[in-house]
Amino acid sequence: MGKTFIIARRETIAYLTSPSMYVIAAVFAGITGYFFVDGISVPFPEATVSPYAGAIMLALVFIAPALTMRLFAEELRLGTLDLVMSAPVNEWQVTLGKYVGVLVPFAFMLMVTLFFTALLYWLGTPDSGPILTAYLGLFLYGAAALAVGLWASSITANQALAAVVGIGLLVLFSVTQIAAASTTGWIADVLQMLSIVDHFANFRRGVFDLSDVAYYVSLIATFLFLCVRTLESRRWL
Amino acid sequence: MIEIEHVTKRYGAITSVDDVSFSVPLGEVVGFVGPNGAGKSTTMKIIACLLPPNEGSVKVAGFDTVYQSTNARRNLGYLPESVPLYADMTVRSYLDYMGALRDIPKRERGRLVDGVIDKVGVGEYRNRSIRTLSKGYRQRVGIGQAILHEPPVVILDEPTNGLDPAQMVEMRKLIKDLGKDHAVLLSSHLLSEIALICDRMVVISRGRIVGDGSIGELAKTAKLGASATAEDIFMSLTGTAEAQATDG
Repeated sequence: MGKTFIIARRETIAYLTSPSMYVIAAVFAGITGYFFVDGISVPFPEATVSPYAGAIMLALVFIAPALTMRLFAEELRLGTLDLVMSAPVNEWQVTLGKYVGVLVPFAFMLMVTLFFTALLYWLGTPDSGPILTAYLGLFLYGAAALAVGLWASSITANQALAAVVGIGLLVLFSVTQIAAASTTGWIADVLQMLSIVDHFANFRRGVFDLSDVAYYVSLIATFLFLCVRTLESRRWL
Repeated sequence: MIEIEHVTKRYGAITSVDDVSFSVPLGEVVGFVGPNGAGKSTTMKIIACLLPPNEGSVKVAGFDTVYQSTNARRNLGYLPESVPLYADMTVRSYLDYMGALRDIPKRERGRLVDGVIDKVGVGEYRNRSIRTLSKGYRQRVGIGQAILHEPPVVILDEPTNGLDPAQMVEMRKLIKDLGKDHAVLLSSHLLSEIALICDRMVVISRGRIVGDGSIGELAKTAKLGASATAEDIFMSLTGTAEAQATDG
């Protein structure tokens, strides 16, 4: 646990002192802001996070891999991972350390969007329940997207390629429910179940369902496990 | 301190290291010499627990590098050929980070980090970002992280590569001093360079050990006279001269 924390702290500091992190955060806040204004500009607007929660989800398909692409790819390119692995550290500690290290700046980014939520309370009287569940859902969705991006970063020393693979996988996870609509039977059920977007629908409506939480947690666990195996496989090549 | 026994490493059909055996005792600096691509870095990665051998075994401070890897890693310091450092960190914060990963308790870390900063001579740059350091100073920081936790075993892969003559003289002195209380394995593709630092050299060529001993003993192995230069011995042992003649 100690070393996971040490690695996480280094990564978080590296993010917070990197100019590109602030560019990414600004783009993220900009997109959220645009859809917030768009959502309240209609006649009879509703005081809900729903319009910009959808935008945050869409933005994260690109922003999560942009955040994670450097985590392993840069270390693989420079060879710094060899130095870390020559210390008494194991692959789980490195993977979890890096994961927590990116989760913290992501949580900060998400917290910035609370500004728009505060505006909702100022402009109207929103229902707090769906806001709470939507933020919980967004955090879980983002955490899953970061795990996918982290794994993409572990398979290549090329950061751009890591981002492309991460975005590709997230797009794939986002369109399975569309594919499910054009088929039937158990294939449709599986495709529906795999959809990273579909599991957010309940959170957005204000419904807290443990099966949705379990889906995101399983996705995170699966990709972190893949990441550990990818790192381990470097020894056996 | 380092015991390598019949180590073989294959990458697919290519045998990179072929039945290599040698040892490095405490208090000795051993030079590991060979032409580029001879298997030096692979052997060093095996010792540093980064690669498992296909056959044979390596022990660091008595611990097997595959089955007792964590304990082996606690007892070694390693500097890879490319001197990979985190450019965004300052010298001090980087050394503190590596010290934490190497199990140095927080209360001792400050003292050890300051001690090693003075030892490798980067005192005036301690709060500078690694990005701004010259190659020679990066090399020193790289050696600093390898000896920070006072390991009995230190593995340095081409530490003098790319240094200017003045830096090279300082590096030699630093490594000789290290040899007094560590088992140091140091690689280079220049026998003449390494003969200035080490009393004993292990010569590797095409993955096999072709010589082990002092410069005089190596000359005997190569069946050359006492007047032979380090280059003659190196070329004769590694077959580089023949290879060059064939290539030419």
